[in-house]
Amino acid sequence: MKRWIAFWNILTKDMRAYYLKPPNISWGIIFPLAWTGMFFIRTGSGLESVLALLPGVMTISILFGTTSMLSVTITFERRSRSFDRLLLAPISLELLMLAKTSGAILFGIVNAFVPIIIAAFLADLSGIVWSLVVPAILLIGVVSTFLGLFIAVSVSEVFEAQTFSNFFRFPMIFLCGLFFPIMSLPIFIRPLSYILPVTYGVDILHGAVNGEHIMSFSLDFIILGAFCIVLFLLSLRNINRKWIV
Amino acid sequence: MKRDNSPALEVAHLTKRYGEVLAVDDISFRVNKGELFGFLGPNGAGKTTTINMLTGLARLDTGTIRIGGIECTHNPKAAQHLIGVVPDESNLYPELTGFQNLCFCAALYGMRKNERQNRARDLLNTFGLADASNRKFDGYSRGMKRKLTFAAGIIHQPPILFLDEPTTGIDVASARQVRQIIADLHRKGTTIFLTTHYIEEAERLCERIAFIVNGRIVRSDRTTDLLQPVRGKHVLLLSVSGAGENMADEMASGFPQYQFQSSAPNQVRVESTETVNVGPLVRFLEERKIQVTEARRHIPSLEDVFVQITGIGSDFMQKEKEKAGGGGNQ
Repeated sequence: MKRWIAFWNILTKDMRAYYLKPPNISWGIIFPLAWTGMFFIRTGSGLESVLALLPGVMTISILFGTTSMLSVTITFERRSRSFDRLLLAPISLELLMLAKTSGAILFGIVNAFVPIIIAAFLADLSGIVWSLVVPAILLIGVVSTFLGLFIAVSVSEVFEAQTFSNFFRFPMIFLCGLFFPIMSLPIFIRPLSYILPVTYGVDILHGAVNGEHIMSFSLDFIILGAFCIVLFLLSLRNINRKWIV
Repeated sequence: MKRDNSPALEVAHLTKRYGEVLAVDDISFRVNKGELFGFLGPNGAGKTTTINMLTGLARLDTGTIRIGGIECTHNPKAAQHLIGVVPDESNLYPELTGFQNLCFCAALYGMRKNERQNRARDLLNTFGLADASNRKFDGYSRGMKRKLTFAAGIIHQPPILFLDEPTTGIDVASARQVRQIIADLHRKGTTIFLTTHYIEEAERLCERIAFIVNGRIVRSDRTTDLLQPVRGKHVLLLSVSGAGENMADEMASGFPQYQFQSSAPNQVRVESTETVNVGPLVRFLEERKIQVTEARRHIPSLEDVFVQITGIGSDFMQKEKEKAGGGGNQ
């Protein structure tokens, strides 16, 4: 019980201190709007392409929301040594990092629903398989957050975290099938797509929203889950190796 | 209060190396339950590294640590519920208020909402921060930050408390208040491990003291026993001008009942087991065209013992104090 009091308070403190700030809320709304508008203008397509764009916009909202927030907050707390206070608390490192990342996961999930709400006014969403969309959003949120965590524990400065996360995030927009099908990429680039976790989440979302997917859903979920576990364990290992020296 | 002499903290052969630097070199000590143990040394001696290893913020290379009877050499989490830590730098959350910071720290130890709010209010009152309880930590003065950081370290009423330079860099009044709170905690039975480079602070507060220099403990003893050799000594400090290099030797030949030492440039330290008569000394020097600008009685303290044992000059310690600033000594 005591551990969960700590967990809950770390989560709510982070939500209050970082995620529920007006700039982040406005970011969560403006960011998907900007991406959707950009694609409409660039492709010259109309409202009929909303559903085709939706998986990509949802994923990009989660990816940027989680990685940018987490990599900054963790690095910032580490720099200001307030993270030491958490390391001194009598809770396991695993639970501590789950608490620290839960806020970002929730933030990512909420971000994903912003484009869905906007799309609800522009297109018919009745054909969407929500039983696939919801767990896919959750897993994309988790894997993106753990990617942000991995980045945050690999650097020591906030600007390094931002730079390092861009190194991952921007290629993912093009390589993971968010807006361009993986099959349209040059064949020698495609292997890169399959080593990036977001590819599997986007595949589920494309399948659930438009009925088009390249792998079986169960395989997508298994691989996404495996990425979550590996990234989390690697981050814990890095914290143990680099922060408790 | 009757003292339980069982160990609260046992450290054996603790060693820590950062690359080429041997930060802590094979140190061993024991702190009994309810004891206030001082860890005294200049900056860079290895005090903070030792605390970090004891609390789980740094990994030890070799050695063993037992806290509250729990073996936690390789699993520092095992004893973290027993300890409170006040670090050498304020590390609370700038965006939270004083009250929120304390409540959050209490929650990390699993305290329930009512309990942590009551405790936070009590501590804000104790530290004189009640009026600033709803102000963000970022807007606190340095002294207020140190006090709130101290309060956060004891929010869960730990039986063992680690204090890392608790009065460094804060104003005189705050330092005095912090020392009073340390003394109160000690009186109530909290085991306290205090690191400081303020010798007077250690002398005033600690029952036992270990001197650490360059990562090694050079002496560890009861404060009263450490002070024994200088107790009853009479010391006079003479500030002079126009003195030659062998002034101390010259004076020693004229006054064999006293011991003389050039303690600093243009300063002679006169030591005796009996009262030192100033008049003959001044006349002796003036006859040799040496002007005495000041004659000051010096009460021997732990600083003299520290200088004697470690070989670190009092001028070096003075620089350390000036560097740290604040009210540590008052």
